[in-house]
Amino acid sequence: MTTPTLKTSAKVCGMGHSMKRKEDPRFIRGQGRYVDDVTLPGMLYMDIVRSPYAHAKIKKIDTAKALKIPGVLAVIDGPTLAKYNLHWMPTLSSDTQMVLPIDEVMYQAQEVCAVIATERYIAADGADAVEVEYEPLTPMIDPFQSFAPGAEVLRKDKKDQKDNLAFHWEAGDRADTDQAMKNAEVVVTENVYLPRIHVASMETCGCVADFDAAQGKLTVYMTTQAPHAVRTVFALVAGHVGLSEERIRIISPDIGGGFGGKVPVYPGYVIAVAASVVIGKPVKWIEDRMENLQADSFARDYHMKVELGAKKDGTMTALRIKTLADHGYTNASANPSKFPAGMFSICTGSYDLKHAFCEVDAVYTHKPPGGVAYRCSFRVTEAAHAIERITDALAQKLNMDPAELRMKNFIKREQFPYKSVLGWEYDSGDYAPALKLAMDTIGYDALRKEQAEKRKKGELMGIGICSFTEIVGAGPSKDFDILGIKMFDSAEIRVHPTGKALARFGTKSQGQGHETTYAQIVAEELGIPASDVQVEEGDTDTAPYGLGTYASRSTPTSGAAAAMAARKIRDKARKLAAHLLEVKEEDLVWEVGKFSVKGAPQKSKTIQECAFAAYTNHPQGMEAGLEATHYYDPPNLTFPFGSYICVVDIDRGTGDVKVRRFVAIDDCGNIINPMIVDGQIHGGLNQGLAPALYEQITYDPDGNITGGSFVDYYVPTSLESPNWETGKTITPSPHHPFGAKGVGESPTVGAPPAIANAVVDALRHLGVTHIDIPITPEKVWTILKEKGALA
Amino acid sequence: MSQHKISVTINGAVREAEVESRLLLVHFLRENLRMTGTHIGCDTSHCGACTVVLDGNPVKSCTVLAAQVDGAKITTVEGLEQGGKLHAVQEGFHEKHGLQCGYCTPGMLMTTSALLERNKNPSEQEIREAIAGNLCRCTGYVNIIKAVQFAAAKMA
Repeated sequence: MTTPTLKTSAKVCGMGHSMKRKEDPRFIRGQGRYVDDVTLPGMLYMDIVRSPYAHAKIKKIDTAKALKIPGVLAVIDGPTLAKYNLHWMPTLSSDTQMVLPIDEVMYQAQEVCAVIATERYIAADGADAVEVEYEPLTPMIDPFQSFAPGAEVLRKDKKDQKDNLAFHWEAGDRADTDQAMKNAEVVVTENVYLPRIHVASMETCGCVADFDAAQGKLTVYMTTQAPHAVRTVFALVAGHVGLSEERIRIISPDIGGGFGGKVPVYPGYVIAVAASVVIGKPVKWIEDRMENLQADSFARDYHMKVELGAKKDGTMTALRIKTLADHGYTNASANPSKFPAGMFSICTGSYDLKHAFCEVDAVYTHKPPGGVAYRCSFRVTEAAHAIERITDALAQKLNMDPAELRMKNFIKREQFPYKSVLGWEYDSGDYAPALKLAMDTIGYDALRKEQAEKRKKGELMGIGICSFTEIVGAGPSKDFDILGIKMFDSAEIRVHPTGKALARFGTKSQGQGHETTYAQIVAEELGIPASDVQVEEGDTDTAPYGLGTYASRSTPTSGAAAAMAARKIRDKARKLAAHLLEVKEEDLVWEVGKFSVKGAPQKSKTIQECAFAAYTNHPQGMEAGLEATHYYDPPNLTFPFGSYICVVDIDRGTGDVKVRRFVAIDDCGNIINPMIVDGQIHGGLNQGLAPALYEQITYDPDGNITGGSFVDYYVPTSLESPNWETGKTITPSPHHPFGAKGVGESPTVGAPPAIANAVVDALRHLGVTHIDIPITPEKVWTILKEKGALA
Repeated sequence: MSQHKISVTINGAVREAEVESRLLLVHFLRENLRMTGTHIGCDTSHCGACTVVLDGNPVKSCTVLAAQVDGAKITTVEGLEQGGKLHAVQEGFHEKHGLQCGYCTPGMLMTTSALLERNKNPSEQEIREAIAGNLCRCTGYVNIIKAVQFAAAKMA
C-alpha cells in the first residue's frame, strides 16, 4: 500500500483532491435539466398501451374510442410501423426485438401500441380508451422447462431457431477440469440463484424526439448512457427511411441514475422517434415507475451450479460452474460481441486456481427481455457471488476459518501480472493486505469470540467475508466491441487563449461526477485549475465518439484519453515555451503548470502563457491553437479488488436480518477524487444490500409480475441501510496512464456475497450451507422453524 | 371534468390558476408553472422525489391535487435559496457530497429543511426516520445524513 502524495495545490485541484463537485450548484437549486424537464414548442405527448398477458395473440386493436377524445391525434401500432419496416429492431447483443407487435405479444407489459396526444393526461386517457382483444396463450415462464428437450419453440420469428437457446458460451478446459474435480480430496457443491432484479434508478426512462422536416434533422433528448452508440444504431435501423447519421443528434441531458438500465434502446424511444417523423412535431415519452420496473431490461437471473474442489488442507484445486440464464423474450443485454455472458469467466476470483471451467446456457422465456449489466461489468456480480459463496461453503466443510482459507488461496503479490486459467491477465493486485485491513478495522478476532459466546446463549450472529476481484474498463479493441463498434473511448481538450479549457468526452455521467473528476485529470496533467476546465458530455453533435458510461469504464477509457490528450497539449506547450524563452525544448523542465529553464528556474512560462502564445505569438511554421483529441484503446482491462466484512444479527422470532456493521476495503488503484470514490462505494454497497436482503422480481406461473411497483419492489430506505465504513489500499494499474482502475461497481459486486455469507455463518451450526438471495425474513424464519431454532 | 380556481402562494409569490380536478400538484408545478426542480420518481408515493413543503409540512406532491392547495403556502426547491444565499441544507449537501445524480435531491432538501424547522438538532436516528420516505439510489444515505448534520450545526 502506498500513500498518495498530492502533486497539485488546492487551487489547481488535480489528482487526489476531494474537490467539491462542479455539478452540484445546479442540482441543489433544482436547476438540473433531466429529460422530462425538456419542453419544446408544439410538443406532443406519447403514452403506451401494454399487454396484460405474458403470451397472447392480438386479435384486434380498436382505436375508435381513443381517437374520439379531443386532443388524441394518432395511435401508432405494429402495422403502422411495418409500413416503414420499423416494427423490429436489433438489440445491442445482436438479437432481435419487436418495437411493436403485429399479432403476438411475448411478455407482460410489452408495448402494444402508442397514443399521441396534445397533453400528457390526454395521452393517458387515450391509452385507457384503446381496446385490444387478445387470445391468451400458454406462456413459458420456467427457464428449466424452456431449456428441456422438446420444449415448444418461443422465437418462431427466427428462422433457424430450433430450440429456446439464445446462446451457449463456455470458457476453460472441460475435460481437464472434470479430471481435476475427480482428483479433488474434497468437493463442495451448491446451487446458487441470483434473482432477477431491476436497476430502479430514481429517474425512469424517456425521451423527447424532435424531427425537423425542413432540415431533415432528428434531435432526440433521451436517457441514454451511450449516446453515440444510440446514434449509430438509429442510423443503421432507420437509414432506409432517410435518417442518416450526420442528421441525427442524440442529447443525453442530466440523467437521474443509469446503472446499466439506460444502455439499451427501448421500444418507447423508437416509437417516439417514428411518431415525430410521421407527425412532424416533437414527441415526449416518459415512462412511469410501473412501466419502468415491468418492461425495462432486468438484470441477473442466473441459476448456477457451483462446484469447488480442494485438498484437505484447503488448497483450492478446481472450479466448475454450470449456469442457466433466463433472458426473457430476447437477449437484450448490451454485452461485448465476443462475450455473450460478459466477464463471467472472472469466476475464479482472487484465488490461484489451476483448473476451471464455466458454461452458460441462455434461454428465452415469456418474460421481459434483458440481462443488462446492472452496476456490474457484464455478469461479474454473478461470478463473484458464485466463487465467494462456494469459498465459504468449502471453509464450512473443512471447518476452517473463511479468512484463513482465503489467505491461503489468494493469488500472491509476486504473481502479478497474473494469467488466470480462464484467460484473463490480471494487471495488478495485492489481496492479503486488503483482507488484513478489513479484519483489523472491524475487529475480526473479537467478533469471532463474541459470536461463540452468543451462540452458547442461542443468539444468532454471523460474520461474512467477501474478497472479490473485479474486471472493468472494456476494453481493448482486439477483443471488445458492441455491434462491431470497438470499445475505445475519447477525450477532446481545447485550451483557450486565456488559459481556460473545454474538455469533451465520449462517455456520459449519470451521477458519477465526471464534470469534476475529468477536470481534475486535466488539472493534474496541465496545471490548469480544475475550476477552469469546463467538462461536457452527452451531445453527439459536439462530443467526440465514444461508447458511453457503464461497466466502470469511464476512468479506464475516457479518463485515460483525457490524460493522453492533455499530454499532447503539453508537448505543444513545450514548443511554445521554448519559443517564448528562446531556448531549446530539451532545456525545459516541466513542473505542474509551468516550464522553466534548467538551471535558471526564474526563467519560466506558465501553461496559460503558452496558451496565449498559441493564438497570439506562435512560431512561424507552427499550427495555431492548443487543442488535442485522443481515442484511447486500453491495452488491458483493469482489475480492482477489495475485501468486505459484514456482521449481521438475526432475530430468532421473526427471521429478520440486521446488518450491524459493514467494512469495505477497496483498491481501485490511484484515486482521482477520494470523496467521490467514497460516495460511489457507499451507493454501490446499498445496491448490494438491496438484492442481498430485499429486492427481487418474480412471476406467477401465468407470467404476471409480482413486484412491479415500489409497493412491492423493496428499494432500501435510510432505515435499512447501515452506516457503511470504508477504507482503502492502493495498488496502481501498471498500464493505465495514471494508474487508476474503475470503482463504481466493486461494491455492488462485493456486498451481496459478504451479506449472504454472514447470514449463512450465523446459521451454520444448524447445518445451513447456503441461502439464495434475497434473504428475506420469511426464508430465515422457515429455516429456523425447520431446524427447531425459532425463539 | 370540473375546473377549480385556486390561489396559492409558492415561494412567496401568489399564483392564481384554473385547474382540472384531477391535476396533481406535481404536474401543476412542473407543467403549468414550469418549475421543474420538483421531480417525479414513482407513482405510488414511495420515492419522495416530488416532496414540497406545504404549510410547513413536507408532502409528496404526486399525492396532492392542485385543487387541494387553494389558499396554501408552498415552498419548493426553487424557493430554498434566499437573496442569493443558499439554505444550510443546500450547502450541507454540497459540502458533504450528499448527492450524485441529483434526482432525489430536491425532495431530500425539502424533507430535511422541514425537519430542521421542527428539530434543530436531530440525532442520526431522527434524520434516518425523517428521510425514510425519500429514496436515494446513489448515495447509500451516509453522506445525506452528514449533510443534514452539517446544516444543523450551521443553523445553530
